[in-house]
Parts: sequence; structure tokens; C-alpha cells
Amino acid sequence: MKMRNRLALILILGALMLGSCTPVKPYQKSRINDSEMSLSNRKVEKNELNFQSYREGSSGANGGKTGGGCGCN
Amino acid sequence: MRKICLTVVGLFLMLLHAFSQVSTKDTSGYKAKPLSIDEVNLVSGYYTQTGDHSPITGGIGTEAVTDLANGIELKLVGWDSLRRKNNLTLGFGIDHHTAASQAWVSKTGASSTVGTRIYPSLDWSIENLRKGTSFGLGAIYSSEFNYHSIGLDANFSKKTNNNGEFTTKLTAYFDQVKLIYPSELIPLDTVKNSVDSTVSITTASGRSVSLSGGGVESGGSSGIPSSPRNSYTAAFSFDQVINERLQVSAEIDLVYQDGYLGLPFHRVYFADGSVHVEALPSQRFKLPVGLRLNYFLGDNLIIRSYYRFYIDDWGLKSQTAGLELPIKISPFFSVSPFYRFYRQTAVRYFAPYETHTEQDQYYTSNYALSSFSSQFMGIGIRLAPPRGIIFTALSALEIRYGHYTQTTGLISDAISLDLKFK
Repeated sequence: MKMRNRLALILILGALMLGSCTPVKPYQKSRINDSEMSLSNRKVEKNELNFQSYREGSSGANGGKTGGGCGCN
Repeated sequence: MRKICLTVVGLFLMLLHAFSQVSTKDTSGYKAKPLSIDEVNLVSGYYTQTGDHSPITGGIGTEAVTDLANGIELKLVGWDSLRRKNNLTLGFGIDHHTAASQAWVSKTGASSTVGTRIYPSLDWSIENLRKGTSFGLGAIYSSEFNYHSIGLDANFSKKTNNNGEFTTKLTAYFDQVKLIYPSELIPLDTVKNSVDSTVSITTASGRSVSLSGGGVESGGSSGIPSSPRNSYTAAFSFDQVINERLQVSAEIDLVYQDGYLGLPFHRVYFADGSVHVEALPSQRFKLPVGLRLNYFLGDNLIIRSYYRFYIDDWGLKSQTAGLELPIKISPFFSVSPFYRFYRQTAVRYFAPYETHTEQDQYYTSNYALSSFSSQFMGIGIRLAPPRGIIFTALSALEIRYGHYTQTTGLISDAISLDLKFK
């Protein structure tokens, strides 16, 4: 799949999801607020994100670092 | 290493004691509240790796590494007179590593194979809960023998009326790479002592070292020049609650780097057998786009998914897909198997050992920039009872183990522990 098609697919899926939003009251957020539903990485993942960014050629778009630190070894 | 472990155990016992008494106050009527400790996290990790493509020896040779990382993070929370929440987070981390390939920075394999990195950090943010806005500033410093880094960031977020949140974060890292070359490639002015066959060397930087017994280097690192490497990131993300069980997030980063983007002790062997220092362009633009989707299925299973597409102007493209399935054995105890698949194309400057030629302007034999795929899988355990673990201030405990394999032959294992005190 070419990059243009891939981006179009992502945009269409994103638009469909946003269009299907339903109002959620604070008292209905018990599941959404569960700590394991967090949309960010957890602290226990910090070290593995570090080694992946050093051992692989790409990084970013995951809330992790995109610079700093050598990872020379 | 033993001292580091004892320090962590000591901090753990100290925190248990410090949190063992909790006092309550009358909160009728609003009063500003000064900063006080809200949460303390201790994060430790151990990493071990094997492989046979070290860039220090030109894409051949051992990549054996071990790394022990320990970090502490103190989060303080206070409320000002305008009912805004102030968060101050102080962090300090220390890593100790051994790397077999590091010995071969000197031609004889006599260089040190150990190293230590320290990285303190400071983050401050202010949240206006009524307006749904947040603004923060952060700073991090990282120091190791051959590399120093200063990072600064600013971030702003705004909640929407429909359970969404837009966040933007600007980050800049100002790094200094110490120009430690392979011993046989140091630009030299040499003076040989004919009596004891010691060679006194003054490098291009003016540093003096001496080589004896076949080239064992002595002397410190002071006086070795450094070269700058700067990284600038503008990150934009949008989180949205779709319904009671589903939320999604999209993030795009614009990353620009300039300066010395290779490493001076990475060798490259050309097809004619000659050896050179890795040469890479002095600029790089990266564009990663990430999507997350988390779904609470039934009462006991959560689906955490992640996808990232990445492209840069060195010719590297990659895709990452991750899936984690936290299974709630009870409301406070969960087991989370996870799997991550990654694949990338090579940068246009990569070639294996003894493949590059004199016609190449840029060249590297670093397999992190080669074409490969990798898999990472493992399991995590989380324990977070509402009254603390065994009624102590230890409010949550997480352990996570993962096994990583690359098609280059690199294999690693990582285990991490997070202890949260409240």
C-alpha cells in the first residue's frame, strides 16, 4: 500500500471514529479512567522504550524521547 | 553496582517509613495549598543483549551489553490562590552499563568496557481545571563519559467540550559528542621515545596520550574536543474519548536534527580493506505518526493497541504495531501479555563490512540503520490495592519482562520494576 493510500485510510478511519463519538458523563468514565486505559506509556515501559530507540533507526510519536542520550553501546 | 542496589533498597525503606503516618485537616472553605509530595516512583530496569554486528568494529564483532538502570521521581502537587493545580516533578536516574565492543575503540581491545550515565530532570506544570488548560516547562540533563546532553521543553494542552484534548509540545536537545576516534584513526603528531619504545602522541585537539606495549592508551578524556548535535521536536497530539469503553489518540512529531549525527568511534571497512570513521550527513528530518486505540472489553479485558508509521530524509521508513492485553484477575491485580512487531528499511548510507567504496560520500556499517524486522514480546504484572500493598504507602507495583529478537541476530532481554508510593 502506497503512503498516500495509507494516509487516506488513516484519515477516513479517524473521521469515522470522531463522528461516532457519544457524550460520556463523568460518572460513566469508570472504565475510561482505569489506569491501564491510559493513552500514554507507563513508567515501567521507560527502559524498554529507551533501548528500542537506540537499537532501531526510528523513534518518536510515542511520547518518548527523540533526542538526548547517546545509546552508543 | 552493589552500592546502587543498596541505595535503592534504602530509599524504599525510607519511603515506607515517611508515608506510614497520614494526617487529615479540615478542608471547609478553599485555601491555597503549598506543594507537598503526592507521589514517588522508583523505576529499575536490567537489560542484557547479544549480537555480532557491532558498529565499533565495522559491523562485525560482539554486541554484548548489560545495563542496570535506576531512577527516582518525586511528584509534588500544590494549589494556588486561583485554584490552579501546580505540579513539580523532580527526577534522578543513574545507569551503569558494560559493553564488550567498547574495548575495541582502541585497536588492541584494551579500552574500558564499563560506563555510567546520570540524568537529573525537572518538570513544572500548572493546570486550570475549570478552563481545561495546562502549561508546562521541563529540563533534563544527561551526562556520560563521551556524551553530554541538555534538554528543554514546553508544552500546552487544552481540553475540548466533547471529552477530547489537544496537546502540543516543543522540545530541544543540545548535545555534545566527544570526538573519541578509534585509536588507529586518531589524527596524530607522534614522538617516539627510542629508549623505552613509548610513543607520545599529541592529537589534533592538543590532547597528549601515550601508547605502550602495543598501543594501550593511557590518560584521561580532558582536552578531547566535542562536536554539537542538536535535536528539535514539535509534537502535536489529540486524544478523544469515543464512548464509555473506547478512547483513541493520534500524534505527529516533526523532528529536525543537525550537527554530528554519527559516532566518531564507529569504524567502516571499505571493499579495499581500508578503515574509516563513519560519515553521515549533518542534518536529518524525521516524521513519525502514531495512533493508539484502547478498548475496555467486558469487565476484565483491556485491549491496548498502537501503530506508528515513520519516514525520514535518510531513506529510512518503518512501521511499528503493538498489542497489549491487560487481563484483570481482580480490580486491583492484572496480568498483561504484550507483543510488538517492527520493521524498517535501511538508510541509503548503510552497507555491511567491506562493502563501501571510495566513491561513497557518506557511509556507515551500523546495523541499527540497516534493513531488518524485530519482535518484542513478554508479560507484565500490576498490583494496586486501594489501601496500599500490605497497608503500606506502596500503592502500586508493576513488573514487566520482555524478550526482543532482530533479524540481524541481535537478541535481548529486559526486565523492569516500578514501585509507586502515594
